[in-house]
Amino acid sequence: MHWLWSDVVFIFVICVSLLCILFSLRKSHHRLAFRRLLQKPTAMASFVLLIFFLMVAIADSVPFAFESAERQAMRHTTLLDKALAPLGQDYEKTYSAPLKLQAYVSETYWQDGIATQVFPRLSYPSIKFKDTKDVKVFCMSAIFEAFLSSFIIVFGLSAFLWGGKFVCGKGSGFIPSAPVFATLFTLFLTLMLTLTLYNISRELHVFGTGKIGQDIFYHAVKSIRTGLVIGILTTVFMMPLAVSLGLASGYWGGRVDDAVQYVYTTLSSIPGVLLITASVLSIQTYLANHPERFSSLMDEADARLIALCAILGVTSWTTLCRLIRAEVLKLREIDFVAAGQVLGSHDLKIMMKHLLPNVMHVVLVTMVLDFSFLVLAEALLAYVGVGVSPMTISWGNMINAARLELSREPVVWWPILAAFGFMFLLVLSSNIFADAVRDAFDPRQEG
Amino acid sequence: MIYYFIRRILYALPILLGINVLTFVLFFMVNSPDDMARMQLGQKHITQTQIDAWKVERGYNFPLFYNADKAGSERFTQSLFYQKSIKLFVFDFGRSDAGRDIKADVKVRMWPSLAIALPAFILGLVVNIIFAMVLVFFRSTYLDLSGVIFCIILMSISSLFYIMGGQFVLGKLLRLVPISGYDSGPDIIKFVALPIIVSIISGLGAGGRWYRTLFLEELHKDYVKTARAKGLSERVVLFKHVLKNAMLPILTGVVVIIPSLFMGSLVLESFFGIPGLGSYMIDAIYQQDFAIVRAMVFLGSVLYLVGLILTDLSYTWLDPRVRFS
Repeated sequence: MHWLWSDVVFIFVICVSLLCILFSLRKSHHRLAFRRLLQKPTAMASFVLLIFFLMVAIADSVPFAFESAERQAMRHTTLLDKALAPLGQDYEKTYSAPLKLQAYVSETYWQDGIATQVFPRLSYPSIKFKDTKDVKVFCMSAIFEAFLSSFIIVFGLSAFLWGGKFVCGKGSGFIPSAPVFATLFTLFLTLMLTLTLYNISRELHVFGTGKIGQDIFYHAVKSIRTGLVIGILTTVFMMPLAVSLGLASGYWGGRVDDAVQYVYTTLSSIPGVLLITASVLSIQTYLANHPERFSSLMDEADARLIALCAILGVTSWTTLCRLIRAEVLKLREIDFVAAGQVLGSHDLKIMMKHLLPNVMHVVLVTMVLDFSFLVLAEALLAYVGVGVSPMTISWGNMINAARLELSREPVVWWPILAAFGFMFLLVLSSNIFADAVRDAFDPRQEG
Repeated sequence: MIYYFIRRILYALPILLGINVLTFVLFFMVNSPDDMARMQLGQKHITQTQIDAWKVERGYNFPLFYNADKAGSERFTQSLFYQKSIKLFVFDFGRSDAGRDIKADVKVRMWPSLAIALPAFILGLVVNIIFAMVLVFFRSTYLDLSGVIFCIILMSISSLFYIMGGQFVLGKLLRLVPISGYDSGPDIIKFVALPIIVSIISGLGAGGRWYRTLFLEELHKDYVKTARAKGLSERVVLFKHVLKNAMLPILTGVVVIIPSLFMGSLVLESFFGIPGLGSYMIDAIYQQDFAIVRAMVFLGSVLYLVGLILTDLSYTWLDPRVRFS
């Protein structure tokens, strides 16, 4: 069991945010906002998908050693690896198209002095598949199985919920409300898709294999964690800085305000990509010159991931800080702050008790809106060469490695499409969710 | 007015100084020039003399801020901070770590950048505004709703996908345009068409939605009611009254970008092989040429600050009520 730093921080952050949400439910206006969120079908649908991604990411953050010691030293395995087990351990020779039994590239065989071009059989699909017809039958049965089990789960769940309501005397009929229907339907679709892909992945390469014979499905799923870690940890680095400086400059004004404004104007004057690039380059040089600080390559890659999050946080806090400052400038003039001052409350206490809770909606909305931006930014940064370490599995690295494959003949399209597809699902659901959160917590901005 | 702008320019100086200090800290204090030399020369089997020679060749052989060995003002001028950072203020970018004159490179390379960025910017703006206007014209219908959904979907797709997809479909399958490359002659249109189309499409999602919200906000204002009460048609209300009044918030977001168009786009240019400043940056990053990165950070910030000042200028030009003192 070897916990990486990012694992610990990631799980810790998720627990803390859960506690915060539960804690905030004590206030009635927060309950109201959450209820508004629950009543939006789009919010619930995207929420189901996000929770699903989150669960995969958490499973991928709990280390779990199940291989021999020498293999364990080469690779950091998690619960997710255990679930996907044979995937990620063995490699094919090179490219193979999705659901195929043979490789994509032919090899020359010498037999009795005659050269023949054959497409070698892959090592992963079991021998029971004779030809593509068997594969088709297997896939159909996998889809049917997935359909059946997800249907049973969702149907059972809704029957249970309905029964519970009925027992409580609130049962109003068989027709579910729109948000409930959206939730159940998305749950059904997600479950079915996952189970289908998972079932097929037990026997075949669902999304084919890449250049060095790596399973693309495995890589696409493992990338979920990287995307979420970047999206979530960055806000952790960003929030304290933005909130404390925003509160201080808005509340105290004067010299403090001048100083904070100077710092954030300076930082935001540098074009974002350039600032990130410059910081990452100097951190990279630092890491390259101090290899003795890390016990393994995994640790170094992990340090780079955290450093990237920290840099993204430090370079992107300015917008949030500006918003909070503007909000505090407005709040400062309201009577309850004056009452606090007259009663002799300490400035810090006024900030914590009166100002902070009233700017939290700005923080929340900015955080969810930034999330999708960060997931997309990871891919761009990987291309620029300042993203996560090449050791880390991420969509950016997948796309970057596969970008020349579209121009080769015949075209290899599956690695890049799988990476874009997974990224699209995560970003789309977080975009939709972010809109719903903004409408629920900041109704003035609705549009 | 004039005083206001002089003051604005003077305000920009401490910010530029701050940027210089920041890049200086990042590139010279987090890592010493020795570290950089080691990076460039390879990590192993290098001697201190080799490092020193590398530093002398590129002018890194000075102390950070204060040179105690020299006399008079040279104590400050013969330091890394003066040589590498202060000199940027007069646009003396010096030489890159590979030995090329950065200023000459920038002068040559900004034109291809502009050839992509300027048409992409103008056409993108026009397309965004027209798209948003159409959505607003059909507001609260299914067309509007599907337009918004379309925008969210466009926003959720990585810009890399548009580039690769464009290259694959238009360049490889349909063979309409070359996949990448650049030519300054009359053939230029062939090479810039695809990058421009790609950048318009990748900006449409966020842009269209943003302008839609902006126009919808304007629609609730009193002058719109007056215009409708006068019996003007919806078309005239939207395109004559709302569009003109929405220009002010549009300008806030738009004018600031104009000077930065010279910098081009990092990813777009390197994908399409356009010899602009964006691909210059990427090449510098790949080769770990920190001198170029430093110069580009400074140049980018200067252009941004110029954009901020231009934004203020355009306010007074567009809205006579705005007065500066």
